[in-house]
Amino acid sequence: MSDQVEQAEQTVETLHGCPVVYSRDQRVLLVNREQYVSVVKALANDGFDVCIDLTGVDYLSMPHRTLEAGIQPERFEVVVNLLSLTKRERIRLRVQVPADDTNVPSLFDVHPGTEAHERETFDMFGITFDGHPDMTRILMPEDWDGHPLRKDYDQGFIPVQFKGSNS
Amino acid sequence: MSSVISAGTNEGGQELQSRSELTAKELFREVGSVLRLSESEAAKLAEVQTEVPEDQTMIINMGPQHPSTHGVLRLMLELQGETVLRCKPIIGYLHTGMEKTGESLTYMQGGTNVTRMDYLSPLNNELVFSLAVEKLLGIDGDIPERAVWMRMLLSELNRMSSHLLFLATNGMDIGAVSMMLYGWREREDVLRFFQKVTGLRMNHNFIRPGGLAADLPEGWRDDVLSILENLPSRLEEYDILMTGQPIWRERLQGVGAITAREAMALGATGPILRSTGVAWDLRRDMPYLRYEEVDFDVIVGQYGDAYDRYAIRFNEIRESMKIVYQILDRMPSGDYRIQNKKVTPPPRARIDESMEALIHHFKIFTEGFKVPEGEVYVGIESPRGEIGCYIVSDGSSTPYRMHMRAPSFVNIQALPHMMRGGLVADAVAVISSVDPVLGEVDR
Amino acid sequence: MGLAQNVLDDGLGGLDHNFVTARIEDLVKWARSRSSWAASFGLACCAIEMMGTGASHYDISRFGMEVFRASPRQADIMIVAGRVSQKMAPVLRQVYDQMMEPKWVISMGVCASSGGMFNNYAIVQGVDQIVPVDVYAPGCPPTPETLIHAIETLHQLIEDGEIMRRREANNGGAGVELDAHAPSAISVALGSK
Repeated sequence: MSDQVEQAEQTVETLHGCPVVYSRDQRVLLVNREQYVSVVKALANDGFDVCIDLTGVDYLSMPHRTLEAGIQPERFEVVVNLLSLTKRERIRLRVQVPADDTNVPSLFDVHPGTEAHERETFDMFGITFDGHPDMTRILMPEDWDGHPLRKDYDQGFIPVQFKGSNS
Repeated sequence: MSSVISAGTNEGGQELQSRSELTAKELFREVGSVLRLSESEAAKLAEVQTEVPEDQTMIINMGPQHPSTHGVLRLMLELQGETVLRCKPIIGYLHTGMEKTGESLTYMQGGTNVTRMDYLSPLNNELVFSLAVEKLLGIDGDIPERAVWMRMLLSELNRMSSHLLFLATNGMDIGAVSMMLYGWREREDVLRFFQKVTGLRMNHNFIRPGGLAADLPEGWRDDVLSILENLPSRLEEYDILMTGQPIWRERLQGVGAITAREAMALGATGPILRSTGVAWDLRRDMPYLRYEEVDFDVIVGQYGDAYDRYAIRFNEIRESMKIVYQILDRMPSGDYRIQNKKVTPPPRARIDESMEALIHHFKIFTEGFKVPEGEVYVGIESPRGEIGCYIVSDGSSTPYRMHMRAPSFVNIQALPHMMRGGLVADAVAVISSVDPVLGEVDR
Repeated sequence: MGLAQNVLDDGLGGLDHNFVTARIEDLVKWARSRSSWAASFGLACCAIEMMGTGASHYDISRFGMEVFRASPRQADIMIVAGRVSQKMAPVLRQVYDQMMEPKWVISMGVCASSGGMFNNYAIVQGVDQIVPVDVYAPGCPPTPETLIHAIETLHQLIEDGEIMRRREANNGGAGVELDAHAPSAISVALGSK
């Protein structure tokens, strides 16, 4: 069932057709958007039946980063953490999302628990999820402009002014 | 291979696709417990209608300012008379931009930010953040034994105080109002100990990357023993007050039931998952710190209802007491933080003597220590479930991205499924049994 | 003892020791300060310390305040305990508007007083941008003792009449005119975005 490609033919370890990297001894799968849902389904059949976390990262301020196995880095990433209760293991998936096309298929059908996570990722990053039942903002007010966790969104820091100081 | 179930009815044979073949989408559509309505649509519906037909359902709003919603949680309930059909939890009323703030604070300061997320168990938040940073730094294997055991002690005491608060608020919500005062009485003892050790009653910023901020003060053993000696008899009292009482049982048994499959599909962890019969506790199944060396039981429920969750948390206090007794026996001597020049500031005395130590201290506290590039996720067992910290570092002294996987954020997704078919009065019991902390829901 | 004997001996004649005279204004202020009820507006960590203040160890029942009214119509003091986010700000104003005069606000904690450690897009930098605050209690979170000090300061101000005098002098305070329109129609200029 798990497609472990013969090591002799590949220099990179793969799982379900996606390259595997190890980040501080944690297994990470670099997945592209097209295979994303099918890989998650295959992993769910493997025993990774709980989706612990789904979030996004904006790599705007790290333009020169490189990824292993020749994967093209994009501005956004969707990071999914899966947990297997039977195998007591975690696995992480990283999906690259380009800045001009921030649309990713939703994992709601496979893991309904990603509903709130995907709404939060949309709210904070602007990444939309196809097939999500309710793609609206969850943390900010519904009519808010902008996506706060993007790197080009200002923190909104107000410089504190002290009475009696010269500046 | 699709299996088809056929049933004979008086309209002829009917065929049904087997349940295991359906996707989650179709399964949840047939149950239909989540109310899919945006807030602007709901606002339009809320305009007062003077002629309402008898059989129409009513959408009412509970919160955000409400005595029983455990913080600023807003629930939109679709009611048919007194029965809850669908529900939509609306959050965001406490959104603090902590993940954005985390990107501008150094790793040493990050604890102050993170500790205010789940404000009922702040030490657990700091612990998961520190564990993630240590993993990124590569020093997670070098933390001294005493620091590890001290962290365990504080984490377990925090679990006890959080569960005592659960008992207090749960009691008050169900109606045993005096439980509120009793629960707070026990909690004060634990908070007083925390004040002695960390300096603050809440939001301590004590567990830092590399160890802890200071050593345990003298006489800590007696303090902990006095807390532990008072508790068992008082827990017996609360048992008599609540557990066996017919009113308590009527209000909680069978209320807010959820199945194991639903809980796992929704990502619910902690007492919710354990109440459905799945014995999953990260302290035992994926141990961190030295939990594999202490002996404790994982409390598991059977029916997945609110009563089970109450009983699980009640008994987890007793299990935490067991663990604390073992820690008291086995607390090793040694350093309370790693002596790694990169992470640890020099001892206070040396700052007076040596210029180099002064500069070192200055650099660590103003600029912060730099963490090598990479990304890591660490999850631990907080009183509410699995709390996780995902940090992406770009090699500088502040995190590039800090994300906390908050257990209550995910557990709240289970609310509509638990409330469906129940009465409005049970809605309060259900929220209380999920024990959400809105600080970590909204971050 | 002598007084009681006086009444027993003299009957009604001893009653000149049994009258208390005062100005109505003073009696009203005394009553207001001794039995003010708080509207529960606990938002975050400070709410836990507020509940701790109401518990048995730091009993605020001795100051007449253990009753936290859920309905703002029945409350006198609003203790804003916790950080106020952008989404919560209109709700805060709505609850404040529903309270009946005279009403006071204690801003508990640094997040409510000034935005606290969260100087960012999501938190209103001080609830005094939304509601007029009478007493600020610093701390993160303020210990119950600090909160009691703040409450007692407020009680003292109420009893002295200081607050009402100051409000009339500065034309401060809520300045709410009881109109027919619903409170939610009041538009509020919120803090920075």
